Amino acid sequence: MKAGVLTFPGSNCDRDLAQGFKLAGADVEMVWHKETSLPAGLDVIGIPGGFSFGDYLRCGAIAARSPICAAVVEFAKGGGHVIGICNGFQVLCETGLLPGALMRNAGLTFLCRQQELIVESTDSAYTRGYETGARITVPIAHHDGNYSADEALVAQLRGEGRVAFSYADNPNGSAGDIAGVLSENRRVLGMMPHPERATEAAHGNRDGAPLFASLVDALVTA
Amino acid sequence: MKAKVHVMLKTGVLDPQGEAVRHALGTLGFDGVEGVRQGKVIELDLADGTSEADVTEMCEKLLANTVIERYSIEMVA
Repeated sequence: MKAGVLTFPGSNCDRDLAQGFKLAGADVEMVWHKETSLPAGLDVIGIPGGFSFGDYLRCGAIAARSPICAAVVEFAKGGGHVIGICNGFQVLCETGLLPGALMRNAGLTFLCRQQELIVESTDSAYTRGYETGARITVPIAHHDGNYSADEALVAQLRGEGRVAFSYADNPNGSAGDIAGVLSENRRVLGMMPHPERATEAAHGNRDGAPLFASLVDALVTA
Repeated sequence: MKAKVHVMLKTGVLDPQGEAVRHALGTLGFDGVEGVRQGKVIELDLADGTSEADVTEMCEKLLANTVIERYSIEMVA
């Protein structure tokens, strides 16, 4: 099972994300943003957190138009698995692979803390290692994590079971308390919280580890 | 030639920054500010012959996120 992890100028969770995949047993190849094609044989692509291109224009906007992202969109449209965390979620929304947009936190402050989440859907390779309704604690660290979606979109995402995670106590004003969203084919996941920062005992808890474990398991047996 | 692109949040999209500005104006004693929306202006220096249609394409592809933002273009000779 091989994961590709993208690196943009300003990415700062790329190695953490790679470590998350490795701990779950995946091989990892790092992919620089100027590449125009993906390494052969990737099973999943990870778009890491950070501040790609300094958050200029809009968070994730420039990264989403980088050469490698055209290849990522192709990969996803062909049925590939893609997970975007934090800035990676913003990038996925900017590419149009996921609906909605991430805006400035309602309280306007940068939030960096442990956050309780509710696992809303276990119907994906990312979430099938959890119990539906399980409460997990995963760090958040963002300034622009306020998920913007109109009522119709929130209802649609809920109705289709595409809300992967919600906030137990909404920290940033996100519509519908949404913390993580799945694509229609359930193979693209974007989430603001950082599961890769909760994968080892030294992190304080390992609530993020089942995400990587179930993903690797699903893709190995696929 | 130049173009000015104005990018604003769409009506109905909450603007937490605009709301903070409104609140601060109230704190300064400016009563009666009922709403503030914050956007951005992007100035483009363009080669002669660049059309408004080209700028529209720039807006659609990068300058605005049409999920949450609307834009208007002002071509300046």
